[in-house]
Amino acid sequence: MIRNSAFDMAGKLASGEITSVQLTQAHLDQITAVDKDVHAFLHVDTQGALAQAAAVDAKRKSGEKLAPLAGVPLALKDVMTQKGIPTTCGSKILEGWRPPYDSTVVAHLKKNDIVILGKTNMDEFAMGSSTENSAYGPTHNPWDLTRIPGGSGGGSAASLAAFEAPLAIGTDTGGSIRQPAAVTGTVGVKPTYGGVSRYGLVAFSSSLDQAGPCARTVLDAALLHEAIAGHDPKDSTSINAPVPAVVAAAKAGNVKGMRIGVVKELNGDGYQKGVRTRFEESLELLAAAGAEIVEVSAPNFEYALAAYYLIAPSECSSNLARFDAMRYGLRVGDTDGASAESVMNLTREVGFGREVKRRIILGTYALSSGYYDAYYGSAQKVRTLITQDFNKAFEKADVLVSPTCPTTAFKIGEKANDPLAMYLNDIATIPVNMAGIGGMSLPSGLAEEDGLPVGFQIMSPVMKDDRMYSVGAALEAALLSKWGAPLLSNIPALAGSK
Amino acid sequence: MSLTYDDVIAKYEPVLGLEVHVELNTKSKMFCGCSTIFGAEPNTQTCPVCLALPGALPTVNEKAIESTIKIGLALNCSIAPFSRFARKNYFYPDMPKNFQISQYDEPICVNGFVDVEIETDEGPKVFRIEVERVHMEEDTGKSLHVGGATGRIHGAEYSLLDYNRAGIPLVEIVTKIVPGTGKYAPEVARAYVAELRDILRSLGVSDVKMEQGSLRCDANVSLRLIGAETLGTRSETKNVNSLRSVERAIRGEMIRHAELLNKGERVVQETRHFQEDTGLTRSGRSKEQAEDYRYFPEPDLVPVAPDAAWIEELRAALPERPSIHRKRLQEQWSVPDKEMAAMINADVLDVVEATVALGADPAKARSWWLGEISRIANEKDMAIKDLAIAATDVAEIVALVNAGELTDKLARQVVEGVIAGEGKPAAVIAARGIKVVNDDLALMAAIESACAAQPETAQKVRDGHLPAAGALIGAIMKETKGQADAARVRELLLGHLGQATN
Repeated sequence: MIRNSAFDMAGKLASGEITSVQLTQAHLDQITAVDKDVHAFLHVDTQGALAQAAAVDAKRKSGEKLAPLAGVPLALKDVMTQKGIPTTCGSKILEGWRPPYDSTVVAHLKKNDIVILGKTNMDEFAMGSSTENSAYGPTHNPWDLTRIPGGSGGGSAASLAAFEAPLAIGTDTGGSIRQPAAVTGTVGVKPTYGGVSRYGLVAFSSSLDQAGPCARTVLDAALLHEAIAGHDPKDSTSINAPVPAVVAAAKAGNVKGMRIGVVKELNGDGYQKGVRTRFEESLELLAAAGAEIVEVSAPNFEYALAAYYLIAPSECSSNLARFDAMRYGLRVGDTDGASAESVMNLTREVGFGREVKRRIILGTYALSSGYYDAYYGSAQKVRTLITQDFNKAFEKADVLVSPTCPTTAFKIGEKANDPLAMYLNDIATIPVNMAGIGGMSLPSGLAEEDGLPVGFQIMSPVMKDDRMYSVGAALEAALLSKWGAPLLSNIPALAGSK
Repeated sequence: MSLTYDDVIAKYEPVLGLEVHVELNTKSKMFCGCSTIFGAEPNTQTCPVCLALPGALPTVNEKAIESTIKIGLALNCSIAPFSRFARKNYFYPDMPKNFQISQYDEPICVNGFVDVEIETDEGPKVFRIEVERVHMEEDTGKSLHVGGATGRIHGAEYSLLDYNRAGIPLVEIVTKIVPGTGKYAPEVARAYVAELRDILRSLGVSDVKMEQGSLRCDANVSLRLIGAETLGTRSETKNVNSLRSVERAIRGEMIRHAELLNKGERVVQETRHFQEDTGLTRSGRSKEQAEDYRYFPEPDLVPVAPDAAWIEELRAALPERPSIHRKRLQEQWSVPDKEMAAMINADVLDVVEATVALGADPAKARSWWLGEISRIANEKDMAIKDLAIAATDVAEIVALVNAGELTDKLARQVVEGVIAGEGKPAAVIAARGIKVVNDDLALMAAIESACAAQPETAQKVRDGHLPAAGALIGAIMKETKGQADAARVRELLLGHLGQATN
């Protein structure tokens, strides 16, 4: 039951074959069985999830008209507030904090009767590409427990690959949905910036952060995308326009006549051999399905990583200033006579991990008077250039494609002491955030040399998210008929797994 | 040896710079829906946004933008077609996000001016104060430092934080440097703040109560030798809470600077706090190492791009400028300057105007509000506006006096009754049984009995010693409980005692 797609689960719930309580319990059992090894979850809300499932079953029994995914369970990245449920962002500084309000995404999930199983592990405040930066220990990749599940949303992606949940919510600032999807053989979508409300998403970098759906199939991602997207008056940067028809696009999966642009700069040197092989193979399949493959160039992408590591830390240095022990979360050094200043300092010293501190310091420096123009100012100019590159490329192509990451999952600890090597993992995903467009990663097979999943990235223009679902669904169908079974059917069985 | 003000201005030229913070009177806060009502229980007017809970996001209060544009237009500013909010980063416990959302290099209104007129040795003179910018920002919460001698954070035992004020919309109005005011610098500064206050009040965008902090002035002053080009080092005196204090603070700072400069010392660039009791300032934090606020554009808010047609609508709907309005009233009412000034100082101009609009004679209306009603307000230590008497009541009372239904003395009783909460004038008159005794027969009876009671006094009057009539009139008024018209009593009495009244 837990290996089905969310779409199939929804069908079985609708037909009465199973109940949401049964389905939810099956996933809770799987979490109990495998999460000691995977560590995808930071908090499992057993009672809340079962209560929500029972409520959906009751509604269904009474004949109420329900949303498409009603009763299907989901894992929520621990960066999203859910009323009364611990929200730590993978940080010690928020240990024990229970938000008094629901994020807009959670409000949408509840309205759609999607059952929230619990909160998933992540790099602290979404800063990282391996989930090793979580203050609560790393998550392990279900394909190989000695490897990273990607990051920052490693918990969400791993929960899907480990069949602990059929759906998950991620957030993507520089690739935190897509890169974990790529290295775990799952699907992850970063919608157009402003497509999904950020209200209740604990900010890392406000101008880059975007929540999105994580799933095991393109259609499942589309169904979840429609459930959480839409204009929100509580988020000034939310786009006031209809949600693109992503479900229809995913169902049709039609690429006939579509122009697919291969970004010259996001391939070649530095990309693992197996990654390139799977990418070329996917292009052939798309061409065979009727798409036209063209080459496009984006000369300014080479500056994207450097600009990203100025903008994101700058914004984070300001966003994370609120964690000061005055109103919530950790408080250290509050002894008699201690000043507010010393309590703030001690709490931030103890509460934040190394990577978070590194970025706060970097950002504080980049915004300082005298350095602002050279750093933050220049980075914003690069951002404009990247957007222009995309605009030009989208004149030649309807969507752009690239490998999602240069490599497959690396070993836990391998890059932990080399931030630059870690940052390079996001080289192909970052430009999408810089321009605020949509991006998807879906599995394109296993690399021959290590047998690990490889991701295929599709990028679509602002508010044309439906296009990446068209291409994703077409490629998924072609790969499925080639493989005869979903990629995840090759995953090694975890001890105790159902 | 301390310098006199004349010594200072003989040698130095003051240069001013004024920053005025105005709390807007919008119903909700700048970036969330919380109420802005003053004086609520601490921390009851808060939400995830203004408490800066993780994940919460600001959204802009449209009404605040409208108010700010109105202010900009009234101050002759250009309204930027595109402006942005910026984050001003610094840590302080009463600032929940540890950054303030403000505007930095892209304010909403720029390049305006305000003309103020003051009395100089050569007669009235107009000074133009150039406005550099008008921008929006949010207020901080309030800290209450408990224990310790100073009430400041240093030395306090603990501090209490109230976030009700956090996020209240503020508008900051910043002047360019103001040279050329010479010895009138303090008066010009005061007149500017007064003019701003009047303009803001006429726009209806703020309560502009300096004593409650809804209008706060920071005064920058520097001195340079007369004829010098380079500016001197300035000091910034914070939160000057009355018009009088603006004048005093600037005068005091000019003298303090001049004393330092004369001794060959330098003025320290710093924030200073005005002390109401001494009229002096004391040193606050030094700005020698300018704090780095690491401003950058607020990524959570989209830029403000007001529609040009909307701006024109707001411009067309601006009220008459208060100073022009006042001049017009003064001419219409033929009021001498001194009385006009008295009405403005007593803050009764609006209510006098309203009373006149209801048909009362301007002189009568003025005399009631400035006289009896002001007196009662003083007695009760209340603002005239907070008394339970309105323009309609005064207009009604004036009409009753004109109709002979009330005497001035009775009218004062009615005013007192209205203020005491006994109801509208008619209700007070009915309840207190106030009526003018204009029945001559009743009066004659009282006159006869008074003359009978004081025969010697009556005889003096008969003999032509008219001042003696006062005692009799007093007795008669007492007899009629003050309800008689004293002039008529005098007329009848003198007639009765054989004296002509003309």
